[in-house]
Amino acid sequence: MRLYAAVAVSGFKRYATYRVATVAGVFTNTVFGFILAYTYAALWDERPHLGGYDLAQALTFVWLGQALLAAVGLLGGGFEEELQERIRSGDIAVDLYRPVDLQTWWLATELGRALFQLLGRGVVPMAVGALAFELRLPASPLTWLWFLLAVALAVCVSFALRYLVSLASFWLLDGTGLSLLSGLLCLFFSGMTLPLNVFPGQLGEIARALPWAAMLQVPADVFLEERRGSGLLGAFAFQTGWAVALLTAGRALQAVATRKVVVQGG
Amino acid sequence: MWVRSTMAYRTSFLIMTLGNFLATGLDFVAIALMFTHIGELGGFTLDEVAFLYGTTSVAFGLADLVLGSMGRLGRRVRDGTMDTLLVRPVPILAQVAADRFALRRLGRITQGVVVLGWSLARLDIDWTVDRALLMPVMLLSGGVIFGALFVLGGAFQFWAKDASEVQSAFTFGGTTLLEYPPTVFGKELLRGVTFVVPLAFVNWLPALHILGRPDPLGLPAWIGFAAPLVAGGCCAVAGLAWRAGLRAYQSTGS
Repeated sequence: MRLYAAVAVSGFKRYATYRVATVAGVFTNTVFGFILAYTYAALWDERPHLGGYDLAQALTFVWLGQALLAAVGLLGGGFEEELQERIRSGDIAVDLYRPVDLQTWWLATELGRALFQLLGRGVVPMAVGALAFELRLPASPLTWLWFLLAVALAVCVSFALRYLVSLASFWLLDGTGLSLLSGLLCLFFSGMTLPLNVFPGQLGEIARALPWAAMLQVPADVFLEERRGSGLLGAFAFQTGWAVALLTAGRALQAVATRKVVVQGG
Repeated sequence: MWVRSTMAYRTSFLIMTLGNFLATGLDFVAIALMFTHIGELGGFTLDEVAFLYGTTSVAFGLADLVLGSMGRLGRRVRDGTMDTLLVRPVPILAQVAADRFALRRLGRITQGVVVLGWSLARLDIDWTVDRALLMPVMLLSGGVIFGALFVLGGAFQFWAKDASEVQSAFTFGGTTLLEYPPTVFGKELLRGVTFVVPLAFVNWLPALHILGRPDPLGLPAWIGFAAPLVAGGCCAVAGLAWRAGLRAYQSTGS
C-alpha cells in the first residue's frame, strides 16, 4: 500500500514539473470553455430547460467539462502512450519481472496525475468561467465532497477503460489508432460535446448507460445537485459498478497478454 | 517514408483513418442532435450550419494534412532530436512537416467534404459568378490561414518548448468556433477573430457572402474576397516568426 502511495505521489510530482505545459493547457481549456459556453447559451436561449437544465446549469456543465478534461483523461493521455510504447518496444517484459502488480502500479500513477491535473488545470478555468458567466455552484458544502468522490470514481473508470485499450497493443503492436478512436468515443459519450441528457430518445438512454457516462455526466450531475439522496447512491453505484467490471476485464486481459508476451520477448 | 511505415501497421492505419473520419463526424452528430430540439441556432438552419462546418473542416483538414506534425516540434526541441534536422540539407520546415506525416488525416478532409456536399445539395444558393469563384478561394485560403497558425505555433515551441496546447487553442479551438454561426458569439470575440487572429476569413466572412447573409459586425460584403490577402499576410508573419524561432533555438545538447 505504501509503495503505491509513493507511486501516486511521484505521478503527481512528475506532472507538476511541466509548468509551461500546465499553463498552456489552462489557456486552451479556457478558450474552449468560452466557445462552448456561447453556443450553449444560444441553444438554451432557443429552448430553455433543455434536458432539465436551466441556462446556469448548462453553462456550469461546460466549465465542469473543461475542468475535468485533463484530470479524468477524457481525451486520453497520461499513462496510455507510455504503456503502449513499453509494450511495443518489449520493455514491458522488465515490468512484469518486478514484484508489483502492473495494473495497480499504473492506476496509482494515474491517480497522482489526476489529482495534479484537477488542481493545476481544473481550478483556474472553472474560476474564469464563474467570473465571466453566471454559474450554478453547489449550495451545500457537502456537495463539494460528493463531487470529489464522484471525480475519483470517474478517474478509476477512465483508467480502467484506457488500460484495456492499451493492452490491445499486445496484439495490434501500434495502438495509437485504437487510442484515438477510444478518445473520440469518450468525448462524444461522456457528454463533453453535448450533455447526455440532451441526447434524444433511445440514443440518450443507451448513452447514459455506457461507462463513459460515469466520467463526466455523473460527476456533473452530482455537482449540479441533480442527484440527491438515493439518486446520489445510484450515481456512485453506477460508477463503482463500471469501475469494478472494467478493472476486472483489464486484469483478465492482462493475464492472457502476459502469456503472449513471454513468447514475443523470447 | 512515413507513408510506407504507417502502412506497416495496416490494421492500426485503417482504425486511425476511420477514427479521424469519425472524429469530426461525431462532432457533426452532436450538432445534428442539437437541431432535434431547435429549428435555428443563432438564426441559422442546420443546412447552413452544415455549410459552415464543412468549409472549416476541409480548410483545417488541408492544413492538418500538411502541417499537423508541427505540434511535435516541442518534443524535438526538448529531447534534442531537432539537431539532426538542422544538419540535413533540406529546409527545416519541410522536414518537420514530413515528420510522422500521417495519411490517416485524410479521414478528416473526407468527412468535411461529405458534410459540405450534403449541405450544398440541401441549400438553395443563388450561384452567381462571384459566389462560385469564392468557394474554392475560401477553402484554399482557409487552409493557408490554418497552416500559418500551425507554423506560428511551431515557432512558439522554440521558446516555450512544451506548450503545444496553446497552438491547439487556435487551431482546434478555431475550427470549433467556425463550425457555429458568428451570430452565436459576442461582438468582442467576433472583432478578435476578424482583426487580431483573422480566423473569420477562413470561412465566416466568405461563407456569409455565399449564403447571402449580412455580417454581424456590419462589414461590407466584398470583405470575403480579402481572404487570399489575409492568408498571404498570415504566411508572412508566420515565416518571420519561424525564422526568429530558428535563430533563437538552443540545443539541449543531449
